[in-house]
Amino acid sequence: MKSFTYERVETPAAATAAFAKTKGARFIAGGTNLLDLMKLEIETPAHLIDVSRLALDTIEPTTDGGLRIGAMVRNTDLAADARVRRDYGLLSRALVAGASGQLRNKATTAGNLLQRTRCPYFYDTNMPCNKRKPGSGCAAIGGFSRLHAIVGASDACIATHPSDMAVAMRALDAWVETVDGAGKTRSVPVADFYRAPGKTPHLDTVLAPGELITAVTLPKPVGGTHIYQKVRDRASYAFALISVAAVVQKDGSGRVALGGVGYKPWRIEAAEAELPRGAKAVTAKLLAGAKPSHENAYKLPLVERTLAGVLAQARG
Amino acid sequence: MKFDTPATTNPIDQLKVIGKPTNRIDGPLKTTGLAPYAYERHDVAANQAYGYVVGSAIAKGRISSMNLDAAKAAPGVLAIVTAGTAGKLGKGNFNTAKLLGGPAIDHYHQAIALVVAETFEQARAAAALVRVEYARSKGAFELAAALDAAIKPPAVFGTEPDSSVGDFAGAFAAAPVQLDARYTTPDHSHAMMEPHASIAAWDGDKLTLWTSNQMIAWSVGDMAKTLGIPKENIRFDSPYIGGGFGGKLFNRADVLLAALGAKAARRPVKVALQRPLMINNTTHRPATIQRIRIGATADGKITAIGHESWSGDLPGGGPETAVAQTRLLYAGANRMTAMRLAVLDLPEGNAMRAPGEAPGLMALEVAVDEMAEKLGIDPIQFRVINDTQVDPEKPSRPFSQRQLNECLKTGADKFGWARRNAKPGMTRDGQWLVGTGVAAAFRNNMNAPSAARVRLDTAGVVTVETDMTDIGTGSYTIIAQTAAEMMGLPLDKIVVKLGDSAFPVSAGSGGQWGANSSTAGVYAACVKLREAVAQKLGMNPLDAVFAGGKVKAGRRSAALGDAAKDGELVAEDKMDYGDLAEKYQQSTFGAHFVEVGVHAATGEIRIRRMLAVCAAGRILNPKAARSQVIGAMTMGAGSALMEELAVDKRFGFFVNHDLAGYEVPVHADIPHQEVIFLDETDPTTSPMKAKGVGELGICGVAAAVANAVYNATGIRTRNYPITLDKLLDKLPAIA
Ligand SMILES: Cc1cc2nc3c(=O)[nH]c(=O)nc-3n(C[C@H](O)[C@H](O)[C@H](O)COP(=O)(O)OP(=O)(O)OC[C@H]3O[C@@H](n4cnc5c(N)ncnc54)[C@H](O)[C@@H]3O)c2cc1C
Ligand code: SF4
Repeated sequence: MKSFTYERVETPAAATAAFAKTKGARFIAGGTNLLDLMKLEIETPAHLIDVSRLALDTIEPTTDGGLRIGAMVRNTDLAADARVRRDYGLLSRALVAGASGQLRNKATTAGNLLQRTRCPYFYDTNMPCNKRKPGSGCAAIGGFSRLHAIVGASDACIATHPSDMAVAMRALDAWVETVDGAGKTRSVPVADFYRAPGKTPHLDTVLAPGELITAVTLPKPVGGTHIYQKVRDRASYAFALISVAAVVQKDGSGRVALGGVGYKPWRIEAAEAELPRGAKAVTAKLLAGAKPSHENAYKLPLVERTLAGVLAQARG
Repeated sequence: MKFDTPATTNPIDQLKVIGKPTNRIDGPLKTTGLAPYAYERHDVAANQAYGYVVGSAIAKGRISSMNLDAAKAAPGVLAIVTAGTAGKLGKGNFNTAKLLGGPAIDHYHQAIALVVAETFEQARAAAALVRVEYARSKGAFELAAALDAAIKPPAVFGTEPDSSVGDFAGAFAAAPVQLDARYTTPDHSHAMMEPHASIAAWDGDKLTLWTSNQMIAWSVGDMAKTLGIPKENIRFDSPYIGGGFGGKLFNRADVLLAALGAKAARRPVKVALQRPLMINNTTHRPATIQRIRIGATADGKITAIGHESWSGDLPGGGPETAVAQTRLLYAGANRMTAMRLAVLDLPEGNAMRAPGEAPGLMALEVAVDEMAEKLGIDPIQFRVINDTQVDPEKPSRPFSQRQLNECLKTGADKFGWARRNAKPGMTRDGQWLVGTGVAAAFRNNMNAPSAARVRLDTAGVVTVETDMTDIGTGSYTIIAQTAAEMMGLPLDKIVVKLGDSAFPVSAGSGGQWGANSSTAGVYAACVKLREAVAQKLGMNPLDAVFAGGKVKAGRRSAALGDAAKDGELVAEDKMDYGDLAEKYQQSTFGAHFVEVGVHAATGEIRIRRMLAVCAAGRILNPKAARSQVIGAMTMGAGSALMEELAVDKRFGFFVNHDLAGYEVPVHADIPHQEVIFLDETDPTTSPMKAKGVGELGICGVAAAVANAVYNATGIRTRNYPITLDKLLDKLPAIA
């Protein structure tokens, strides 16, 4: 780990101002991802701005009947919130399917969205990795890629985004609210939040340097049956091989987003029109153009089967 | 004392303390964090500096240049050790690859430098500044591709690579029912909680190492050889060990580099192997490819059984002895086994819990299940039909005890085997396909010479000293129980001191020989102490009865402590063994029963019930033994369902080299586990009449899981781990 300086800020404005002042600064929230990466010198910030005590830790109703989740709301608290459990069960279930109790107590809403990939080559600084070191190559292509992306990848990177929470948020049409150094705020749909790897896999999201996430908003509840099915080799404390987040309405319509298949939570609204025709038809559209590696072609049938199981469960 | 005739009645048979389910005497220290592990021995030497290990970034080749300038100039750095600065180093007998590499590199993450600094953070930061250029050379990293070049290896610990009885080929060809199948097991990591860690301090030419090590005497000898100094100048101290599983049988880079770092920095140095380095830096259980052929008559009698196994290791390494159990487990007049060894440039393969049997039974016990199915015979019945009470390769040698059939039958009753539907894919519970499986467990018993010293003080307290280790197994407790039984004392009058090379040399912990061997050594020392006590009290040792803290002979009675009133009484002895292990085949047996659910849609496999029935000699402490067995069953479940070191065949290393990537079971994976020990005493093994259970518990578990998956789904998987991707295309379609 490189030595770094540290400060704690009290307001979002102070956070972005501090960022502008110091070269190589980074925000730190729960630290459950960033610190691990710093210990391995995968991330080497010169200065940490601790945003974990910002007063962004409440969940408030919005005027249009949705919820505004502060960026610093802990994963545990978000999952346990009565409104979330009642109206956005998908989100609650996705959260508790992730990490462990201790980690969820620390992990924040913003930090969870911004956690980095779990590609093992990304974690080994002896290995080429375009995401970690632009231009160095991608060791996962042609290597151990059982866990990697089957859609949306590029010749430069086949990593997946590991968040469970983000998959539920994508299915729920959540928006990410931010503020930048100039005090300008904007709101980005989760759908547009993650960047395709293309030739620049080191850029995970559309956030500009120093742009601070302040909240995630959920539109008003959509009802239906909420199922988050996470598939993994061990029963707990493992990232998803794939996951299916589904909201299914009584009439058979609904929404489906996938985790573990690409650089972002994978949802294609057009595919949802196929829901009445069943999992095979939906999967065919969702994963059209999929390019699995020599080790992860199993994810294609796995998605289809898991979705079929989820739809059967939703039908009761 | 020499143990060369079967044991008769002795004080252990009183079973006042031995055989009782006794809490671990070190339990409160462990659960309150007061048992200091190697890295936490802050008090043993003042002024400890921190070492951080730099591992090789390539698997094979040479270091062409190493630039230490930036690292040396970094804040807090005290010294940097490399092969270039360390002076001439030998290599221990038990290591295949050098613990400090360079300029030649033998495997990925082989240690090439230790950076010593005032703080851990400084050492870590400076280590990242070490600049190394390498010249990579081509290596062999894939077992399947190296098979043709595999050779017949020399014998390992007395196990010959080949064996042959009768006419295997002829009998197999003639057999009306045949199985010929190929199985694979992957590389496994010990993945113990406590990393390898050591603190070293020099006092002149005397070196003390506070470390985490299973085999003290072996490791002292190897360290002396490596450093080129006399054994007498080295002291190892390893009282608490946070898991080893064979990964700490031998010295690893931490202990050597701590010693070299302390010398270079001229002050005590502590080193823990960083978790992401451990998997490639230390040893692992090597992958195997196994071919099993079984021929039988239509009524289920095995007429031919053949087992071949291929594994790989670094040049000079050894094979995984995966065929060992097949030489002994089932009857059959015509037999062959063979082990072949390929050179691989992956990290060093070596012992991991039940080396040989664990991966061997992963294959054999699935083959037996497959054969039973071909024959249309219940798999338990098929095993019973082929039971043997003698070594099938040398029928003149009986098993000292062999209750495999009883294990199977007891387990079948308890588990409800009779209710099982033998036809696969027939049982459903909601979204889950449910199935049950069985496998035999088998692990040889080994005895090793073991010595102990016992001291009696005036308060009637007996202190036991032996360099035996407690790797979480309960050695402290069973040794205390042994001394208490022998001396007629309650447990709280016994003090046990372990893991110090200044104490008499014990069997150490490995190969499940520790419990029986180390307590037998304590038995021998206590026999001597009893004699000394009787003599001191003017009693005839043969008449003296030791009970309730008193010694009685005829009408005379004295407090035990009285014997020490003129000064502490000290006795020391070692248990040596005659040829009983040659006359009798001493083995431990068991049966594992498993119920699994396979998710009909996703193919995820979750274990629902586990039962083990073990026959393993006298169980010295049923509570500690149960803990050993359930821990081993958990490890077996891991090897069945998730544990696999992923080999990168281009770069030549294990990719998933941390505990996020190398998955071992978590609580949610393990259901209720039940363990039954059959009543057994084995007078041929030692006066304790005990054997081991710590490794028996893992043997066969994975096969029982695999057989249960087959029963649930009708899908036979011969390649471990059984992950859902291996089932998906064969599972029934989802509506
Ligand atoms: C062992 C382990 C298992 C795990 N398993 C799972 C799992 O199964 N599923 C899953 O989804 N996750 C899992 N996780 C990941 C976990 O969810 C994330 O580590 C956590 O959500 C990150 O949140 P944090 O607040 O700690 O982020 P930090 O580590 O503090 O920050 C992460 C990133 O976000 C940036 N950041 C933080 N706050 C802001 C802000 N307000 N604005 C802009 N940038 C910000 C930081 O600069 C940093 O780059 C696991 C983690 C571990 C360690
Ligand atoms: S997949 Fe992406 S993260 Fe993984 S090695 Fe390739 S570039 Fe790096």
